[in-house]
Amino acid sequence: MEALGLLLHGFAVLLTGKTLVLMMVGLVLGIFVGVLPGLGGPNGVAILLPLTFTMDPTSAIVMLSCIYWGALFGGAITSILFNIPGEAWSVATTFDGYPMAQQGRAAEALTAAFTSSFVGSLVAVLLITFLAPMISSFALKFGPPEFFAVYLLTFCSFVGLGREAKHKTVISMSLGLLLAGVGMDTVSGNLRMTFGSADLLRGINFLVAVIGLFGISEILLTMEERLALRGHAASISLRVVLGVWKDLPKYWVTLLRSSFIGCWLGITPGGAIAASFMGYNLAKRFAKEPESFGKGRIEGVFAPETAAHASGTSALLPMLALGIPGSGTAAILLGGLMVWGLNPGPLLFVEHKDFVWGLIASMYLGNVVGLVLVLTTVPIFASILRVPFAAVAPMIVVSCAIGAYAIQNAMFDIWLMLGFGIVGYVFKKIGIPLAPFTLALVLGNRAEDAFRLSMIGSGGNLGVFWSNGLVGSITTLAIVLLFWPVIDGLLARVGWTTRTRATSP
Amino acid sequence: MRIPVKAVGAATALLLSAPAFAGWEPTKPVEIVVAAGAGGASDQMARMMQAAIQKNNLMKQPMVVSLKGGASGAEALMYMKSSEGDPNKVLIAYSLIYMLPLSAKIPFNWRELTPVSVIALDQFVLWDNSAGPKTVKEFVDAAKAASSPFKMGGTGSKREDHVLTVFLEQKTGAKFSYLPYKSGGEAATQLVGNHTEANVNNPSENLEVWRAGQVRPLCVFDKERISYTSKVTDTQSWADIPTCKEQGVDVQYLMLRAMFLPGKVTAEQQAFYVELFHKVTQTAEYKDYMEKQALKPIFLTGKDMVQFLEEDDATNKALMTEAGFVAK
Repeated sequence: MEALGLLLHGFAVLLTGKTLVLMMVGLVLGIFVGVLPGLGGPNGVAILLPLTFTMDPTSAIVMLSCIYWGALFGGAITSILFNIPGEAWSVATTFDGYPMAQQGRAAEALTAAFTSSFVGSLVAVLLITFLAPMISSFALKFGPPEFFAVYLLTFCSFVGLGREAKHKTVISMSLGLLLAGVGMDTVSGNLRMTFGSADLLRGINFLVAVIGLFGISEILLTMEERLALRGHAASISLRVVLGVWKDLPKYWVTLLRSSFIGCWLGITPGGAIAASFMGYNLAKRFAKEPESFGKGRIEGVFAPETAAHASGTSALLPMLALGIPGSGTAAILLGGLMVWGLNPGPLLFVEHKDFVWGLIASMYLGNVVGLVLVLTTVPIFASILRVPFAAVAPMIVVSCAIGAYAIQNAMFDIWLMLGFGIVGYVFKKIGIPLAPFTLALVLGNRAEDAFRLSMIGSGGNLGVFWSNGLVGSITTLAIVLLFWPVIDGLLARVGWTTRTRATSP
Repeated sequence: MRIPVKAVGAATALLLSAPAFAGWEPTKPVEIVVAAGAGGASDQMARMMQAAIQKNNLMKQPMVVSLKGGASGAEALMYMKSSEGDPNKVLIAYSLIYMLPLSAKIPFNWRELTPVSVIALDQFVLWDNSAGPKTVKEFVDAAKAASSPFKMGGTGSKREDHVLTVFLEQKTGAKFSYLPYKSGGEAATQLVGNHTEANVNNPSENLEVWRAGQVRPLCVFDKERISYTSKVTDTQSWADIPTCKEQGVDVQYLMLRAMFLPGKVTAEQQAFYVELFHKVTQTAEYKDYMEKQALKPIFLTGKDMVQFLEEDDATNKALMTEAGFVAK
């Protein structure tokens, strides 16, 4: 109950005209940077950070966190309309969101994405409000073996639960892992696979790869097939929005499952990306007709978006309570906090109550205001699809190039992006799934580091992955998921049937 | 507290802006290049300077922080090297400028850049979990008695933290497993979570968890104690931490924090930045930051700076060679 009182105090701090205006400005700026591929949340927040130096800390952080919310909402827009994920965790949203847009259901997909973002964030904020002290001590339980177990779980769930041919998933994932190894190896301090090139020193940036793999390759495919964006004029009205909302209760299991996964992975750093993929895969696994996923199923938008936003939001908790940023954007916010003399850490909740609860209250308000704002602007974004392809395509290519360049101010990255565009095109042609590749590219490094640190710590004993209840159960679950098709078959033989089988005649 | 700080800041700004100097001035936003990740000690310092310059109007053009922490900071070094002649980029450097070319054979030499000024020296402290041994002696005894080596957390491989760990082993005879994390912040939380037994973080990296009573400083790797005497925790100040030498472990290491411009800039451009950072060191923001993060104030420029760098380079090279971290 103390939490509730503090939260109400937080609202009181916020509810001034000035703060509300800053909130709106932040959200609009955020949606704007979220829509531009590659610019995304971290860059947007970084560019706008100095603007806030002259404000008081609470106003400043409210504005910055609203840019963050706005960017989160905005990231879904390009994923759905153009198959270009704005943020790493929007990748899974493209799987069903983009097919929906192609079928002329862009407005429906956008509404679904925004609504589930809202639901996911809301669950996470509720969690932060009531469980903050408990969760920060849970996050401290994560050492290298635990981190590795979580990454292993993500990889295994991809192989075991994915519907694509297993060998293609493994090929795609291995290529991703290989490329993730380029650059400086933190554990040994040596360079790997850089071939003397200064540009390869910093490794292959995940966003550059994603912009090419998804965005550029899509343009290539569209050009080849016919010179038109396959999305049809999306008519959006309040009816579409209400229609999606009316169906919402049908998907409560998916929403709840994704929120849970999101919150759980969000409080372990880097979890948002893993969460969105895992949310999507599990929704697909437990669906009655899993084969309809990837072809424009609304659940395929709900699941990853809810999980990504639940984890994107709960990622702020370890940042505030422990000083570990859970995402790139959270890392910039962390830098911002320090400028105002607020040092994230266990004492922040004790010494700067006003600030912490003001921020949490701004999460509630920012989300509600953000949802209304994006829903009212959906028609504008959806109408981009009505513009002739010949006019839109060059603009998309240019903004992809700007995005890829802006990440590290490197011309080399534009060539890399184009290269990945061709790779993506070839992969799509020969039916190799792109998702495992991107997942491995983004998590490969961290998984490797976590594994090697575990090995250094245990003196090379693999038993460390079963050394306590937490890490043991995650590792075991990962292995069960990896061999799930086999286990599923065995269970069926002894008379046990899983839900998917029971429903098929 | 707020008002006096602001007042002092404003006064300094007024004093400093009075003599208008006629030389070169940046015509574009100035990029301050950080060779580390977000939230680390370099980033914090860059943001402090960005705020100090903006709040006190020390420069007409805005200053933007640009994080180039890729490849353990090598990204920033290569970026500076390739920006020859561009006076709108300043690097905030630390000992990686000596160490990376040795350990990873990065084709970089700090002598190719234009030195501006050394603005601070950073300390290293030996920390353990507050539930662990209470003194250096107890810690060393426990480490020797342990069945598997104590885990020492640090940032990066074959760098400051790793070097210190090797020397700690040499002087005490205890064995450690060194775990290279991605940042000092991560090393701090891993110590709090009992996943490692100790770390050798900079004061700023462990400050918050120390204040929360989760870690204990055992000793500082310097000839003398840290000078700041105001209480940081309920009972202790930075000055209360004994030196490692006092505790019988004679290991010393200080790390520079220095500003560099790319190579081949004009003397006028160099002079502008020397002046600018000199003004920064006079601001309340800088002084406040130095005390809070327990940094040693210093301001070297021109010949003094080059001499300091040469000596420091030689020291680091000797340490790296002795630790066996120089790539063949």
